[in-house]
Order: sequence, then structure tokens, then C-alpha cells
Amino acid sequence: MMASRKPLALHLGILALLLVLFFVLPAYHVGAFSRIMVLAIYAMGYNLLFGYTGLLSLGHAMFFAAGMYGFGLTTNLTGFSVIPAFASAMLAAGLLALGVGYLALRTAGVAFMIVTLMFAQTVYLIILYFGTYTRGDEGFVVQQAQRQLAGIDLTTETARYFTAFILFSVCFLAMAKLVQMPFGKRLIAIRENEERARMLGYDVANLKLRAMVISGVFSGVAGASYALLFGYVGASFAGVQYSIFPLLWVLLGGAGTTIGPLIGVIFMFYLIDISSGWTNAYMLVAGIVLVLLTLFAPQGIVGTLRKRGVAWLP
Amino acid sequence: MAAVNVLEAKGLTKIYGGVEANVDVDLHLDQGKITALIGPNGAGKSTFVGMISGRIAPTRGTVYFKGRDISQLPAHKRMQLGMAYTFQITSIFPGLSVYDNVALAAGLRLAHDKQAHDAKVHAVLDRIGLDDRADQTAGDLSYGHQRVLEIAMGLAQEPEVFILDEPTQGLSETEVDAFIALMKSIAGETTILLIEHNMRVVAALADHVTVLDQGRVLASGTFAEIHANDAVQAAYLGSTPHA
Amino acid sequence: MDFGPHLMLASLEGAVISAILVLTAMGLSLVFGVMRVVNVAHGEFFMLGAVLAWVVSTTLGGHPAIGFIGALIVAPVLVGCIAAGVDRFVLKRVNYDADRTIVATIGVLYIIQQSTLMLYGPEARPVQPPFNTRLSLPWFEFGENGFAMIWPWGLSITSYKLFVIFAAAAVLVALWLLLTRTRIGLIMRATQQDSDTAQAFGVPVGKVYSWVFGLGAGLAALGAVLVVPIQQAHYLMGGDPLLLAFIVVIIGGLGSLPGTVIAALLIGMSDGIISVFFSPTLAKIIATFLVAMVLVFRPQGLLGRAET
Repeated sequence: MMASRKPLALHLGILALLLVLFFVLPAYHVGAFSRIMVLAIYAMGYNLLFGYTGLLSLGHAMFFAAGMYGFGLTTNLTGFSVIPAFASAMLAAGLLALGVGYLALRTAGVAFMIVTLMFAQTVYLIILYFGTYTRGDEGFVVQQAQRQLAGIDLTTETARYFTAFILFSVCFLAMAKLVQMPFGKRLIAIRENEERARMLGYDVANLKLRAMVISGVFSGVAGASYALLFGYVGASFAGVQYSIFPLLWVLLGGAGTTIGPLIGVIFMFYLIDISSGWTNAYMLVAGIVLVLLTLFAPQGIVGTLRKRGVAWLP
Repeated sequence: MAAVNVLEAKGLTKIYGGVEANVDVDLHLDQGKITALIGPNGAGKSTFVGMISGRIAPTRGTVYFKGRDISQLPAHKRMQLGMAYTFQITSIFPGLSVYDNVALAAGLRLAHDKQAHDAKVHAVLDRIGLDDRADQTAGDLSYGHQRVLEIAMGLAQEPEVFILDEPTQGLSETEVDAFIALMKSIAGETTILLIEHNMRVVAALADHVTVLDQGRVLASGTFAEIHANDAVQAAYLGSTPHA
Repeated sequence: MDFGPHLMLASLEGAVISAILVLTAMGLSLVFGVMRVVNVAHGEFFMLGAVLAWVVSTTLGGHPAIGFIGALIVAPVLVGCIAAGVDRFVLKRVNYDADRTIVATIGVLYIIQQSTLMLYGPEARPVQPPFNTRLSLPWFEFGENGFAMIWPWGLSITSYKLFVIFAAAAVLVALWLLLTRTRIGLIMRATQQDSDTAQAFGVPVGKVYSWVFGLGAGLAALGAVLVVPIQQAHYLMGGDPLLLAFIVVIIGGLGSLPGTVIAALLIGMSDGIISVFFSPTLAKIIATFLVAMVLVFRPQGLLGRAET
């Protein structure tokens, strides 16, 4: 077997680097990296389904939104504190993924993409329809008083960075472990050759559904973290754009790699950040990157590195 | 020793929009024996094994595995019971290493026990002569090696019934010899159903031969009996099967 | 207004929506039918048609009819050329692989949309209709004096909207003639049936794909030129037509042209009627969800036949 030490060292090294960044980066970039780490959780969730299992969803924003609203609505309407609200968010995303997966996984390929897109659009419209509670496009704010955990105010820059860091680390290491486990290998087997996996005796439908639910829960954790750390909940996070973003991040970083999602988010975040400095048409960059990636580097940054000799990259 | 039926098909029939691919095909596999299923192209051999393995739903008919009716079970459940299947067109996980391909095949039974799992994979790779290529990407292997790898995956499943759909297609003579030797070594412990065009392989291996023609069983018996059968000769359009 | 006249008004609005929708959806369906790819940027070709209509009509000036006729010719042709370019430089290079085409056309969607934002700006801009007489419509009623024809207040349509309905019908007929009666149509149908065999018989499949992709986008642009005198041109206007066209193509059966026409009428009419009587958001929720369910349980479409 391949030495499993190198990937572990790489993963811990990345976490250490993120820790160091807090102390060396200027305030603006510390804030940016808090956001990047939360979005990277989302990207990792997407990567499990797209990169590892080979299922291209165009509707993951619904799971992100389920987590975000699951957290925001329970704190705002029923006065849940952080932990139960976070648990409800994960439950909401998981149940939604279970339901959507049960239906959508009957289809494959292009139909799967369109079905997930349609379901996400339905969720988006439902959020708009119940504007009395969700305040629609405008969204609502999760008050500072509700973003306290064990006496710590999570709205300060420091607390925010470290909360994001802890959440990211847990998800990052869990995902790295998951894809090394037999379960992860079986998902890859489905991506590589679904019929072969079935004829080896694997219950492919069940494995896909489980991948969908785990992917949905990760996305929901990201959505809830976003609401918790940045205090804002809005319908734009349920829109098509937020279903396209994780696809973009994962494609850019490298689908089916453990570190690709984080790298994709960092690159895309700063690309958009820089370009929005000189034009309001910052999504132009996203479009160009998507086209160039499909044309010239479908394996993304990490995938290309892996192919060019760094074969051990996880 | 009285032969025990491990797998039995009764009256298996498949009709595709009026076209009869298989009509009332009966077949039983004796434990530890090698049964060869032969017949001209389009005789319905692949449809038949597709129905046995659960990939194709029969129009009617029943499949029994060790006396149990498995006709309603989906393919993966049948494999879990102890069947293995290799595809006519090589079907592996091209992006994974040779090791991982075999590990996935062995993983259904052994994934919970890491050491036994690893030992099993190496044992199979060693037996099939691919151990030195364990870390190679399966998609980069030569055609012959890919075919062998797929058979290795079947072995790693430790099946009671091993179904091979034209395993020697496209293999060189030496590779065919190695295949024959391998099959001989596992027969006895494993029951084998072989779909085969190469009569040299059938002659060398088959304890029992069943001939399909136009979706029906034309003849059944030992290789010698089949070889002497006039109807079989006719079905192959007069051309003697090259023995 | 009473229910009857109200319903008639709603149906007329629905007919206008159907007319635009049928052109847009035909473009999408044609591309899917012949090339077996889903063009996510289709809505942006629609938007581009609308914006170009504004550009052409303001550049030409003079009587609104001059600008309108100019736009009717220039916008679809230009958009068709741009689409053919996208086909040549992007789709061809990903080998029309279904998944990669979707991802690539999402990229194209953003490139077109955001470039329009940079060059044209975020404003919504109107285009003058070439003619716009308000035509009152009669309603028949059994009153105290027996059967009578009345003219309810508010029951009217503009001459331009009527024109849109007829124009769309004319384009459909022309398209049908093109597909069934000409050599070009024959070549397209041959390519749709089996591109490999078509290639073997000397059909330049690559060129056919470029033409089909251009034609599909041109149809969307044509629909948009017709719609801008009613609805203003805006860089984000491509989203709704894309979604509706998707719905139509799915209900009608992927790639089936007659199915597409029937579904467009169905969706357009019900959209017009439902949005007059119900909350449009609720109507969209139900429609979107139902379409997803159709795809899950009847992937060949409501009107399509199952492949064996």
C-alpha cells in the first residue's frame, strides 16, 4: 500500500499553516480566511458527491440553505441557542438530502443535474414564498446576543477565525478519513465503473444515497456556520449561483482530492475579490475560469499536480 | 459422489419486443464442476447469463441458488450470496490501482478486517502474477493484463459460482494456457460457468457442455458427445468447431 | 370585470407568453435533439437578442418600425453567429461530452451575462413597438335582453401583442418546412438519427452542429426581439426563459419538436392564467416541483414515448 504518512503530514501541515496565517495576515485577510474555511466545508461536501462518487449536482445550494435557515430560523423564531440550532441545521440538511436523494438518484447523468437544479429552485422559491419568516431576498440578521457559545462572543474577529478553523479542521480530517475508508473506496468505485461495483455485490443505490446525505450534511454545516459566524441569512445563498460555486471550486482545486476544495475556494475567492475591485461584473471571472477549466484542465490544480509527478497527493 | 446443484435455471425466457432471445432455457451447475455454454454469435448466451446474474430481468422463468429461489433478487444481492461475474467487455476500475481493484472485489467480505483483507489481495495478485504491478493504474495495463485483472477480481470475491463471459477473448496463446491452468486450479472448490468461443479452452476445461442456438438449448453433454453431435455442427453453419 | 372576460384576458396574455416560449424552447429542443447536449447558456442568447434589439433600434433611430425590422434581422443573425462560435471554440473541443458541455455552457452563461453588464449596464431599457393600437374586445353574454355583445372595460389587447402571436406561428411553420421539406432539414434529421452513419455518408457533422447551435440560439434571440417592446431589455432577463424552456422541453419529451410545441402552449397558457389568478411564486413552486417529478418518474417526458 502507498505510504499513508505523507497525506496525513500534508493535512496536518495545512491545518498548522491555517493556524499560523491568523497571526501573520492583516485583519482583512483574516476575515477573508474565516469565510474561505466555511466555504471550503461546503466545497468538501460537494466534492464527496461530485469528485468521489461522480454525481454532478446542480442544486447543492438547497443543502447549504437548509443549514443556514435551519440555524437562522430556529434561533430567531424559537430562540434556540447555538448548539441545538446547529443540530437542527444539520438535521434539516440531512433530511432534505435524504428526500432529494431518494427521488433524484433514480435518474442519472444530465437528468440528475436538471432534477437537482429543479429541486433547488423549488427550495429557493419556497424561501421567497414564506417571506414573512425568511424576509426573502433581503434576508435577516442573526443577532449578536444569539451568537454566543459557552460565554464566548463568536462575533469577534478572533473567535470567528478560530471557530471557523475548528469546524474546518473537524470536517477536513473527517473527510480525509472517510475517503480512505472502505466506504470512500466504494464511492470511488461507483464513479469509476458503476456496473462493475454492482456486480461485485455492492448496493450501489444505497451507497449513493448515503453519499448524498453526508454531502448534504457537510453543506448544511457550512450554511449553519455561515449564519453563525457572519450573522446573515438570505435567499441569495439558495440561488443557482450558490449551486454553481461549489462545482467551480471543486473543479478548480481538483475533484476527488482531499485538499482540492480548499485550494479551489482560496483561488476563486481571491480571483473574485480582486476583480470586483475594478468591475461589478466580477462573475465574468467565474465564467472564464469555468470554460478554461473544462477545455484545458478538467482535473483542476491538485489533479494536474498529481498527474505531473506528485502521485501521492491525496 | 452425487452431484449437487449449486445453481439451477428453469424455463428462463427473455423476449425483447417480440424477439425471442431465450426460450425456456434449463441449465444446472454441478458443484465444483466447470460447465461451458457455447453457441454461435447471437445465440443468446449473454442474455442467459445476464438473467442468471440479475443484470437482465427475465420475461419468465426461475433461478435457484443452492435450492433457494433468487429470481426476485437484484444483481448485487445475488453477488453477495456467493456469485461472481466477469464481463464480456473488460470491466475494471480504470482510474484505480491494480491493488485497489482487487481490494474492492475482496472488500465485500473482508473490509472489516484490515490484515486479512490485505493478505487476501496480495495472495490473489500473486496467484495471477500481477503482484509486481500492484501500484500501477489499472487503466494503463495492457489489454491482456486487464483481462487477467478482471478474473483476479472474481477470484478475490471467493465465489461459490463463478460466471465468466468469454474470458479468453483477445488473449494470446500463452495467456490462454495460463488461464486454463488457473481455472483447473480453482475448479473443485468453485463451480464455474464459462461462456466460451475458443474450443481449445472448452475441450481442456469443460466437464459439461451446453449448446445454445437461437435462444434454445440445442444439445447438452460432455465435450466429446457435443463434438460428435450433427445438430451442433449444423448450427455452426457447417464449419467444424476447431478443436 | 366578470370571471369570463377576465379568463379571456388571461388566455390572451397566456397566448403571448406561449408564442415567445415556443420559439425559445424550440431552440433548446432542436439543440438537444440533434446534438444531444444541454445548453445552459440558452437564456443568455435570449437576453443577448433583447439587448441587441435595443442597440439596433436606438442606432437606427427614426420611426420605431425601422429599428424593429432592423433588430428582427440583425439580432438573431448576430446571436446565431456568436453561438456558432461558442460551438466551434468550446463545445467541439469538449467533444460534446454531456457533463462537460453543461459545465462549459454555465461558464458561457456567465461570460455573456457579465460582459453585457459591463458593456450595456445594469439598466432595463425599453424598445418602442412598431405599432401599438389598443383593440377592445367584445364579450358575449346572456343578459335581460337575451344574447348580447358587450365591451367590458379593460378587456383589450394591443395590436402588437396580436402580431407577436401570429409572427411566432409563422416562424414555427417556416421552421417545420425547413426541417421536413428541405435538404438542410434532411441533413439535420439524419445527423439526429445517427451522427456516425451520417458522417459516413458524407454529412459534415461538425458544420451541421455549428449551424444547429446557431439556429437554436437565433430562435431564442428572435423570441427576445419580439418580447422587448412588451418587456424591457435587461442583462438578467435570461434566467426565467431558460427555466421555462427547460420545463417545456422536459414536459414535451427531450428533443421532440411536436412535443415541445404542445408543451409550450400548455405551459405558456397556464402560466398566463395562473399568474392572473394566483400568486406567481406559488405557481412557480408547483410547476418547478412537478417538472422535477416528471423527470424522476417519466424521464422520456409526459408526451414522449419510452425507448425500449
